[in-house]
Order: sequence, then C-alpha cells, then structure tokens
Amino acid sequence: MDFKKQKPIYQQIADSLCERIVCGELPAEERMPSVRDVAVQLGVNPNTVMRTFEYLQQAEIIYNKRGVGYFVSADAADRILALHRKEFMEEDLPAFVQKMKLLGLSFDDIRKYE
Amino acid sequence: MIDIKNFSFSYTKTQVFDNINLQFQKGAIYGLLGENGVGKTTLLKVISGLLKPTAGSCTVDEWVSFDRQPKFLQNIFLLPDEVPLPDSTTPERFFSDLAPFYPKQSVEMLQHLAGELNVDINRKFKEMSFGQQKKSLLACALALNTEYLLLDEPTNGLDIPSKADFRRILSERVGGDQTIIISTHQVKDVENLIDPIIIISQNQVLLNASVEKITEKLYFEYGGQQRPEALYSEMMPGGFLNVLVNDGMGESQINIEGLFNAVLRNQSTVKKLFD
Repeated sequence: MDFKKQKPIYQQIADSLCERIVCGELPAEERMPSVRDVAVQLGVNPNTVMRTFEYLQQAEIIYNKRGVGYFVSADAADRILALHRKEFMEEDLPAFVQKMKLLGLSFDDIRKYE
Repeated sequence: MIDIKNFSFSYTKTQVFDNINLQFQKGAIYGLLGENGVGKTTLLKVISGLLKPTAGSCTVDEWVSFDRQPKFLQNIFLLPDEVPLPDSTTPERFFSDLAPFYPKQSVEMLQHLAGELNVDINRKFKEMSFGQQKKSLLACALALNTEYLLLDEPTNGLDIPSKADFRRILSERVGGDQTIIISTHQVKDVENLIDPIIIISQNQVLLNASVEKITEKLYFEYGGQQRPEALYSEMMPGGFLNVLVNDGMGESQINIEGLFNAVLRNQSTVKKLFD
C-alpha cells in the first residue's frame, strides 16, 4: 500500500546541493565546489557526483564555464523552487491524498491546518 | 583496459572459471563481488600476472599479464588481503624497498595518505594493530601510484572511522587513468564508491554493469509490502526491500546486498535483462 521511493544517490546529492543554494550558502553566480571535493567529502564515486552536476546543469541550476568549472545560475533559487513544486504536486501530494483516503480523512478534517 | 577472453582457470582438481569474458575500462573503481571461494582472489592474481590462465587470455593494455614484462609490472600493484611482514619493518621502509620498481611513486603522497588515515609510517609493523597495518599497507599501495591497483578485501579489519577514511581517500584518487578493482564481500563498506559492479559466482560472471545501467534495469523499493513478482525480497525495518525488474518505474537508490541476492537467485533473468 505504501509505495516508498528512495532517490538514487546522485539525486540525493543534487538535493543537498540545491538546499545549499536556496539557503544562500552557495550564492548565484558563485563557483560551485568541484566534483572532486564533493566526492571526497561524501566518500562517493566521483562519477556519481559528475552525474549530479550534469543533472543540475540540465535543469539549468548550474552552468559550466569551459575550463573554469561550474557556477550557480543567476535564477537558480527560482528554478529549484519550481522543481520542488513540481515534485510536490506530482509525487508528495498524490501520496498524501492516498494516505488520507486510507485513514478515512476528508479535506474538511485538515482544513484547520490551512 | 583489462581484457579477459575465453578464460578458464583450474587448480589441480577444481575448476574456478569456465570460459569467461570480462573487461575492465580505464578510470573507474570496480567492485568485484562474490561469495567466499568463488575465485575473486584468483582473478586478481591472474590479472596481475601471478597465475597463468588454463585456457584463454588476460591482457592489460598491450601486455599479456603472465608474460610479466617489467613495463607491465611497474604499472600494476596487487595488495593482498594478508601481507607477510618482517617484524622489524616499518611502512616507510616497506615503501622505499618497493619504490624503485614503480616510476610514478611518490613519498609525498605516502605522507599525505598516512596523515589522512592516521598512521605513523615510521612505526614498526609488529607494534601496530591489524587495522593500522592494513591502513599503512593501503597508503603504500596507493602511493606507488600505478595505473592499475588491485585491492583484495581492503576493508577487512578496519575500524568504523577508518572505513569512511578509506572511502574518502579512494574517491580522492579517482579520475584520469587510474583503474582500481576492489574485491570484497563486505559490500556496505564500499556502497556508493564502486561503479561498475561485477558479480561472479561458480565459474561465471553474472553481472558487469554500471550503477546507472543497474538502476535502469532494476528497481529497488524500500519499505513496501513483499511483492510476489520481486526478484528478491528481504524484510527491513518498516517493510520489505523489493528488487524488481524496472518497468518504467524510474530510478531508485541501489542496494548492493539486495542486488547481489537478486542476481544470484535469478541468473538467467538477469543475463537476459542486461545483455
């Protein structure tokens, strides 16, 4: 009944980097930590971190300056927020609603948390 | 690249490998997994030229391993699970005895690694705990800086913090041309480090695939109900781990123990899936 998803490691690493971008630890137009540094910090395979960076680049959250490294996009925080919204609507919310049904709760029951 | 072709190997009475093909590409940390006694160590010995194939061939770049040409040997190092150590030797001495044979070795690297792993390279081996010996030898092996590095059960005997140190120094060393093969049955120690993953079993190679490929073909579900169609299910806190054929379910986090059991129990299904 409970369909639990566990994201692949490269996406978990992407999530934690996004967190650092959103909270301002990695500001817009700043240089990202290197693939190697992230890999060593976490003790994971550098190729996995490379996948994280490719994924973030595809989502236009970071960009690559050839020969220099990766940088945080100017609108990275907005893009991350948009991604989070999408993830919430497509994954978290359906699971939430399903759980409500299972527990016999209606939307009226949760209105007070609005 | 390491290229093993139509390879068979037997000790006098037991056949260990029967006509296998296996390739290792450059610049990766391979995980070589298998139950006890399936031939992981034998395979490492064949690759490094210590054992001769009964049939077929093993070449490393342009070198036939068993020819044991100096140009080949200076670029490959095998760190066995247990190394016989003269009592009065120190890691520093052990390293300087080996160093002349390995042109890319670096004492600075040895010192750096010893620092990272918290071992004193001027202390005698006999005064060290097993874990410290293991870490010292690991530092020496890495600092010889060979293109091919074969580690047989490198995390055996390491304490908990050292296992994390081990993962860190290995991830630091990857990149470029170095190829590392880690043989182990302690998969938790190398989770998220090894990629690709090779699983061997009696006489056979059951799997040789990147983590990306594995999660494309298989789906790992955590904490649900037991599913009858699963290749492998195992109880875990909060439900079951199910290893399923990935039927458009997206990507999930790999669980190497689950993978290992799923592959071992569904050899023909897995073969078809990955071919």
